[in-house]
Amino acid sequence: MVEAKFQPGDRVKVMKAYPLGHIRTPYYIRGCSGVVERICGAFPNPEELAQMRSGLPAQPLYRVRFAQADVWPDYRGGRGDTIDVEIFQHWLDRE
Amino acid sequence: MSELGKYAPLTYFQLMEVSLRELLVEKGVVSNAEVDAVAADMKSRGPERGARVVARAWTDPAYKRRLLADGTAACEELGLDVPALRLVVVENTPEVHNVIVCTLCSCYPRMLLGLPPDWYKSSNYRKRVVREPRAVLAEFGTRIPDSVTIRVHDSTADMRYMVLPMRPAGTEGWSEERLAGIVTRDSMVGVALAQAS
Repeated sequence: MVEAKFQPGDRVKVMKAYPLGHIRTPYYIRGCSGVVERICGAFPNPEELAQMRSGLPAQPLYRVRFAQADVWPDYRGGRGDTIDVEIFQHWLDRE
Repeated sequence: MSELGKYAPLTYFQLMEVSLRELLVEKGVVSNAEVDAVAADMKSRGPERGARVVARAWTDPAYKRRLLADGTAACEELGLDVPALRLVVVENTPEVHNVIVCTLCSCYPRMLLGLPPDWYKSSNYRKRVVREPRAVLAEFGTRIPDSVTIRVHDSTADMRYMVLPMRPAGTEGWSEERLAGIVTRDSMVGVALAQAS
């Protein structure tokens, strides 16, 4: 199991990368910055599982909370509105 | 295809499913009976399991705290088997409204709510609820005031989400069973509110 690098409350940025394959990081959130809401645990890497490999060592998975106004420039709604997305550690950088 | 009578020809994905299933049966990986049993089990599950959890949380504050801290353990406490489910329960309050989506596919807390409705799997809902949740909720007849924060939860990986709706006014003194009767599937996805009538 890979050790968790981030804690709840840490500011993180999602990598802006476009590799091929089975990627569980949605396009719309790549390049966005948010705050770690919780550590969900560690799970086999789905990008590896999709290639029939073990996905081990397990990757820490986080729920990251983003401000909607940061994700969508034309967002219409409350300033406090948020979107939470589950993101694996290897997609996150410290901000 | 004429022998199928009134049925339309199989779509690409239906054909792929049948082909794969027949191949697995032929190779002895699974039996038809096993496939049928799993399908019957999934079809037999409906939102009443989730409704039981919500009604208990409405009537037992200590249970609610445990549910919000560890959804899976709190379900098991009620004797609900929730295999393959890492449950996160998010609570609606007068200040916060939660709504759930899976933009990548159709992840859904099936073990508590049964099979997802077609709209949940539609590309329209999945694309729009993340970027204009207030407009989408209004189309469901759910108008959320601007003063209330909306939190969208995108189930992109291993967690599954369920909304704990607010207990409606006018239900004081109701039994847990009666309360469970007003908890709808849509209120546990977050596109509707629980209503007393």
